[in-house]
Parts: sequence; C-alpha cells; structure tokens
Amino acid sequence: MDFLTLIQVLDSTVRLSIPLLLACLAGLFSERAGIFDIGLEGKMLMAAFFSAAVAAVTGSVWLGLLAGIAASLVMSALHGIASITFRGNQLISGVAINFLASGLTVLIAQNWFQQGGRTPSLFGGGRFTGIDLPFAGVMESVPVVGPVYSELLSGHSVLVYLAFATVPATWWILFRTRFGLRLRAVGENPAAVDTAGISVVRLRFAAVAICGILCGIAGAYLATALQAGFVKEMTAGRGFIALAALIFAKWRPWQAMWACLLFGLLQAIALRFQNIDVGLFVIPVQVMEALPYILTVVILAGFVGKAIPPRAGGQPYVKER
Amino acid sequence: MEKMPKWADVVLIPVISLLLAAAISALVIVAIGEDPVAAVKMMVDGAMGSTYGWGYTLYYATNFMFTGLAVAVAAHAGLFNIGGEGQAMLGGLGVALICLLIPWPHWSLALIFAALGAGLFGAFWAAIPAYLQAKRGSHIVITTIMFNYIAFSLLNYMLVNVLRPKGSQDPASARFPEAAHLPSLHEILAPIGINFSKSAPANVSLLVAVAACLVVWALIWRTSLGYEIRSLGKSEPAARYAGIGSVRIIMITMLISGALAGMMAVNNVMGEAERLVLNATEGAGFIGIAVALMGRNHPFGVFLAAILFGFLYQGGAELALWTKIPRELIVVIQALVILFTGALDNMVRMPLEKIFLAFRKGES
Repeated sequence: MDFLTLIQVLDSTVRLSIPLLLACLAGLFSERAGIFDIGLEGKMLMAAFFSAAVAAVTGSVWLGLLAGIAASLVMSALHGIASITFRGNQLISGVAINFLASGLTVLIAQNWFQQGGRTPSLFGGGRFTGIDLPFAGVMESVPVVGPVYSELLSGHSVLVYLAFATVPATWWILFRTRFGLRLRAVGENPAAVDTAGISVVRLRFAAVAICGILCGIAGAYLATALQAGFVKEMTAGRGFIALAALIFAKWRPWQAMWACLLFGLLQAIALRFQNIDVGLFVIPVQVMEALPYILTVVILAGFVGKAIPPRAGGQPYVKER
Repeated sequence: MEKMPKWADVVLIPVISLLLAAAISALVIVAIGEDPVAAVKMMVDGAMGSTYGWGYTLYYATNFMFTGLAVAVAAHAGLFNIGGEGQAMLGGLGVALICLLIPWPHWSLALIFAALGAGLFGAFWAAIPAYLQAKRGSHIVITTIMFNYIAFSLLNYMLVNVLRPKGSQDPASARFPEAAHLPSLHEILAPIGINFSKSAPANVSLLVAVAACLVVWALIWRTSLGYEIRSLGKSEPAARYAGIGSVRIIMITMLISGALAGMMAVNNVMGEAERLVLNATEGAGFIGIAVALMGRNHPFGVFLAAILFGFLYQGGAELALWTKIPRELIVVIQALVILFTGALDNMVRMPLEKIFLAFRKGES
C-alpha cells in the first residue's frame, strides 16, 4: 500500500466516522443522564430524510440541516415523553422509534417525490461541500506534510470540523460546568439530585434534547454531505455502531472520538478493499464489517477492562411521595 | 389492593392501545391522500377474503408465533431478547445444513431434525449473550443487537463463500432436495375435501408453531422451571433468596428463547423458499417484539397477535400492489403498536387506574 492510498483510506475514515461520532456523542449525553437510547439509528434516519427533502425543495442546505434537527428533536421528544414522563421502558421506546423512522421516511418520501422512497439528488447549494483550509493548494507540493494537510485535513465539509469541535465541547460541558455535573449525577443517582432541589425531569429532557440535536446533525451530514440525497435505510446500522463505540469508549468523550475513528477506519477498509490477503490467509470482507460489533462484545465481556454504564441508566425515576 | 380488575389489564389496555395505534395509522393514510376505510377493506379482502390470502396470512403468522414466543419467554425472566432476528438467521443456517447434507427418506423425519437443527443453531446464537449477561453482567439488549449484525455477516460469508453452488451469482444456497419438501396447507387439506390455494406458502410448520405455543404455555405455568423463570423475572433478589440460581435460569431461558426464534426457519427457509437466501428472515425477529408486547407475553396472546400481524403483512402487500400506499405503512403500524402497547403503556394505564379507583370508592 503506497502513501497516497493510505492518505485516501484515512481521508475516507474521517468522512465515515463523522456520523458515528455525532451519534455517539448524542448517545453520550442521553445515557450519562440515565436515559438509554437505542433509537439513535431512527433519529439519524429521520434527520437524513428531512434534511435531504427540505434541501432538495428549497435548494438550501442550511434549511435542510435545520429541518433535520427539528425532525430528530421530535423523535427525541417522543422518547422523552415515553421514558421520562410516562416512565415507560426506554429500550422498547427506542425500538419503536427505529421502526417509526424506517417506515415513515419511505412513506413520506414516496408520497412527496415518487422516486421509490428516495429524495431527488442534491446539487449546488443543496449540499455541504468541502471547504479548503488556507494554503491547501500551496501546501500540496510539499512532500509528506503536503498531502496530509491538503488531502486529509483540508477539503471536508463544515460539519466535519464541527463534529470534531463537539468533542472538547462535550468534555467541557460534562466535566467543567454545573449543568454537566448535574447531568452526570442524574444518571448515577437521580434521588440525590432531586433532594438537592433540582428537577430530574427537566435535566433528563435537556439531555434527550441535546441528543436529538446531535443526531439531527449526524443524519443531515449523511444525506447532504457524505451522500447527495436520501435513500431508504441509509443509516445502515450506524446508530448501533455509534452505540457500540459509546460502550467501547466507556461513556467518555475523547475515547468516543477514538472509538469512532477506529470503527470508521474499519468501514473505510471494508469499502476500499474487499477481501484482504495477508499472505497466509484471506480476511473476508464480512469480517471487517462485523469487527465493530465483535469488538464491542469483547469489551462488554470485560476482557479488556470493564465497561460500567451509568448506574441509574434505563430506570425511570419515581419521586417518593 | 389491586388497582384494576384482571380483565382490564389483560384485555382492556391492549385493546385501547391497539385502537390508538390504529387511529394514528388511519391519520397517516389520510395524510398521504388515501381513504383509510377503503384501505382496511382492501386489506381484509386481500388477507382473509380467499384461501390464497389466508395462506399468506397464516404463513407470516407462523413466523411471528415463533419469534413472538421467543421474546415472550425471555420477557418472563425479565430479559429483553432483541436478537430474534440473528437467532432466526442462524436457525436458517441450521436448516440449510441439515437439508443439504443429509439425504432424508421422508419429509417428516427431515422436519423433526431440521427443527432440532434450527433450534440448536438459534440457541447457540443466544447462548453467548446469555452467558455474558449471566456471568459478566453485560447488558443482553446490547449484546443481542451486536449479535444480529454479526449473524448477518456470518450468513453473508457462509452463503457467498461456502453454500453458494458453483456458477451461481446470487448469495443463496442450492435448492433443497425434493424429499425435504414440507406439505403445504393445500396438500394437507385436499384429502379432507377442502380446496386450499395451491400457491400460498402456509405449510405444516403452522402446526409446529401452534404446538410450540402450547408447550411454552405448559412450560411457563405448569412446570417448576417455568415458576423459577417467572420468579427471576419478578424479583431477582427474591429468586436468589428462594435458592433459584440466576445464572442457570438466565442461560436456560435464553437457550429456549433462541431455539424458538431459530425454529422460525423451518417455516420460511424449509417450508417456503426451500433454499437459504440472504434476507430470509425479513425482519420477523423484530416483529416478534411487537407480537409479544401485544400478546402480553402469554402464548395465547402471542398466537392472536401473530395472526393479526400476519394479516397486516399480507394486507399491506395487497395495498402496496393496488394503491399508492407503500409497504412501509406496515412498519409504521408495527412501530405504533410497539410504542403504544410497550413504551407508552402507562399513558393508557394511569388514567384507567384512576377511573377504576374512582368507581371502587363510589361502591364502598
């Protein structure tokens, strides 16, 4: 493998890991506040469709992004009402949201565009295009550093840089602000937070809303930056890989970024090389596809350090009377 | 004091939840510019108006009975088995291997061993998540989701690299031999003078599914193992205090659950396709969740809910064929059923409990 191929693989790693990273950080906020969310996939799918649909109709990708976030927030509200207000089973609510998204997106797409459950292809202002960092053109001819800068670091859409900026922002919010402290506390011991006179319900709704916004950006990125338009089931299990990355990272933001980059790398490799010949034997492409899931199971099994979820995760909070 | 009479819990709440789901589904149909009444009529005609329709309805229902029972059994032990899809895929692999490798003299023998194979493969696929939950405390929902994806990759690999006949392009196994052909309802009912549609895929595995409902009922409510499973599901500390080992019960329950999901393959792989294809399960493993929720985890409820979903599936296919309503409407309905009977259960339950309490106070 030559240097240029390596750069290209790493470049597509970055592109492919962005939806994972945004969804993973979304899950991080929700689960740190004690709300399990296996509906990341559904929220991303909803956002992907509505962002592509609005961008296709209005020709403005920014309106598309807003529509995607709004659609994802509606799903978040549903999850919040089911699991916080009515203290329902958070896992079942997540499953329902995934199916709702998978059905509604195709149903509405077919009704609006009659193109077999997809949106028209996006072009021009309907898509996020890459932005060149300063001097990207000049740097290109410099050996080693040049390609790394102009191919790998430069030329991504604004959402890519936003996603990477979200990582330190998440860390700062969770570990350096009062809101973050309370949010983490509500995921570990909601009764204590309640005793301190802080509303558990409001905090959890806030966390679920942040989760919705981030999932919305992730979905919009999929449909308007990574690809040019919505196709049926386009999230293709990314919400679950993000969930896997979250566990892999043991619910911490920086580690989440590395986990998502790793899983993005696996996707990029599976996409670029089909079966990999390592001399003695051939690694089939299916192994690369399954590797994120297998790694997560290994982590969950506790062979590589124990992954302990937030203590109050998944349990509805019932105020004592 | 019980807040509500038992019938309200078992019948009234599911019916109200179902009506809510139906009402919203009707709104969805109106929103896309179709007539919900005509749609329902077309669905009933298409799914129950002919033996052909019934044949498909019952074929789908057979799948959903197996996966619904799988979710229900696990739920009694307080476990959420979301991996029915993967377990059913593995079951398909088991059925394919048994049908292709062994020359069976008669379909009945083939059926018994294929069911065993499917059950074993399905149980095996549930065993690892079960072990990790029981011994290591890793959450079974996450592990079973991961195992669904791993199952898909495994099946993909097996079909492309191992089972695919030479010269064939599509990822599917060879056709099973004629001796492994299961009699369809047409062939079963013809001798007793009922002319059942020849082209519908419902087959003898429907009877296996009904038998499975009875066996699960007996297991849960008539054996000591069932008692232990239910105790664990109600309260783990209480079960432990009573000397019920949680590791053992989690393992056994998940093995049974996985086996039930795997046995679905007898219907869809052996009974219908007669070869193993990549997307054989068609999401039936997930519909099991909706079926179990609606059936309140009772085998009889699962039986009824499976037939309802079979009706929805066949009716939905008819709608997609004759109207502008795409097949995905069924996925929306399924989501709404899961939402209302599962996640939003308390939304219906809380006001009802208040009403019943008010009545009680009025009486005394």
